[in-house]
Amino acid sequence: MNEITNTRNNHLIDPTLSIWGWEISVYLFLGGLVAGMMIIAGYFLYKEKHKEFKASSTIVPLLGIILLSVGMFALFLDLEHKLYTWRMYMTFQPTSPMSWGAWILVLVYPSLFAMMLIKVPGFVPQKFSFLFKWSEYLNGNRKLLKVIGITNMAVGAGLGIYTGILLSSYGARPLWNSAILGVLFLVSGLSTASALIHMIAKDEEESGVLARADNLFILFELVILGLFIINLLSSTQAHINAVKIILTGPYAAGFWVFVVGLGVIVPLFIQSLAVSHRIKHTIVAPILVIVGGLILRFVIVNAGLLSHWTKVIGLE
Amino acid sequence: MARFGMVIDTKKCVGCMDCVVACKTENNVPEGLNRDWIVQDVKGTYPTLNMQIRTERCNHCDNPPCVYCCPCGASHIHELGGVVLVHHDKCSGCKACMAACPYDARFIHPDGYADKCTFCIHRVENGMDPACVSVCPTHCMYFGDLDDPNSELNKLLNSRKHRALIPEAGTKPQIFYLD
Repeated sequence: MNEITNTRNNHLIDPTLSIWGWEISVYLFLGGLVAGMMIIAGYFLYKEKHKEFKASSTIVPLLGIILLSVGMFALFLDLEHKLYTWRMYMTFQPTSPMSWGAWILVLVYPSLFAMMLIKVPGFVPQKFSFLFKWSEYLNGNRKLLKVIGITNMAVGAGLGIYTGILLSSYGARPLWNSAILGVLFLVSGLSTASALIHMIAKDEEESGVLARADNLFILFELVILGLFIINLLSSTQAHINAVKIILTGPYAAGFWVFVVGLGVIVPLFIQSLAVSHRIKHTIVAPILVIVGGLILRFVIVNAGLLSHWTKVIGLE
Repeated sequence: MARFGMVIDTKKCVGCMDCVVACKTENNVPEGLNRDWIVQDVKGTYPTLNMQIRTERCNHCDNPPCVYCCPCGASHIHELGGVVLVHHDKCSGCKACMAACPYDARFIHPDGYADKCTFCIHRVENGMDPACVSVCPTHCMYFGDLDDPNSELNKLLNSRKHRALIPEAGTKPQIFYLD
């Protein structure tokens, strides 16, 4: 038996680390979703499909800006020293993934804004005539459109990967301590973004392409989840204990039922039947994928906070 | 260049918490929060028991993840003795450093910034020991320069069995516990 008594009782630290609440999980989810949207819409723009695939070229950029702003507001709510937020933008710390993220976010807005200019949203008043002029110039310049497409793909990939690397860089939390988390969050972002655009696209071809792409992303996500588990299970005792939190411990139900079951396997099954025309497309599969992506962030963030190099509370 | 560290003799520590009170008084640590604390580590089954009492705090690591992860440059290594400190007016309260610390040594001060043990750098700069060391009634704590081969710290480390906390986390902690 090993009983440890600690006189420390610091807020957010004891009895278990609880520094990050729903704000961070929601931000990581929305960051991943917007990253996926940028990559998909950027790819269609690069492939000059933007005229046919209207949801990707007209709705996605504006929706991306809105969703990312909601995510960043959640991030702002999490800060304890809110008046000092600007301090992140007075420096660049190359060893800090959070610093990289802060600056990547600065690149995301102009990238999405440039893509939004392909078709200026209807609510923009005519007095902003310069926006319409820029739009006209963009549409007459094929090379520039391709550059905007590539930029959105690159910045989107940076955003998606960083949301995972942010967590994986914390060696103190064994569950997060796997670089594959960057790939997992990127693929989950691509999958949730495909599901969202598939749902809102009116064009049948666009919707169909994204349903097929989503199946691939979901399948890939399942493989990455498997690799993530194998990676931790074959590491130190601390990492084995950490992964047990999601495999058999307090977050097992959330992980197996909502992430793997309802978030990956069930929508993959439904969507496979739909793309092979055995059943009709409904919003069930995409909604499951999106909610699964959100719960994945909640499970990984919360279980990671619980994981520790020494004893894990709730895992005896 | 000095490298400040501590050696704590667990055979002498009785867990009286004088160090905890001294730290709170010296550094005006807000109510309900602690920069240092006491851990009682009991192993075995009654009646065959073994108890170790330790006073713990920030380990002022040589490879400090809390400094590397800080997006604002608020967490930094002080030029004197490699002590890990926080610029309060640069901290955005993002809590990255708290996630990065395997010792859970940091907390959020009610004013919003990340706070932690400073090795009482304001006292050390004036030639004094940290408050916790200076008040210890059993003299179980030793503070000094680990780079000085003739320091009391190195004499103890060379002659006694010792260990650091969670060295496998790769942070190179600079507080050593004599077993």
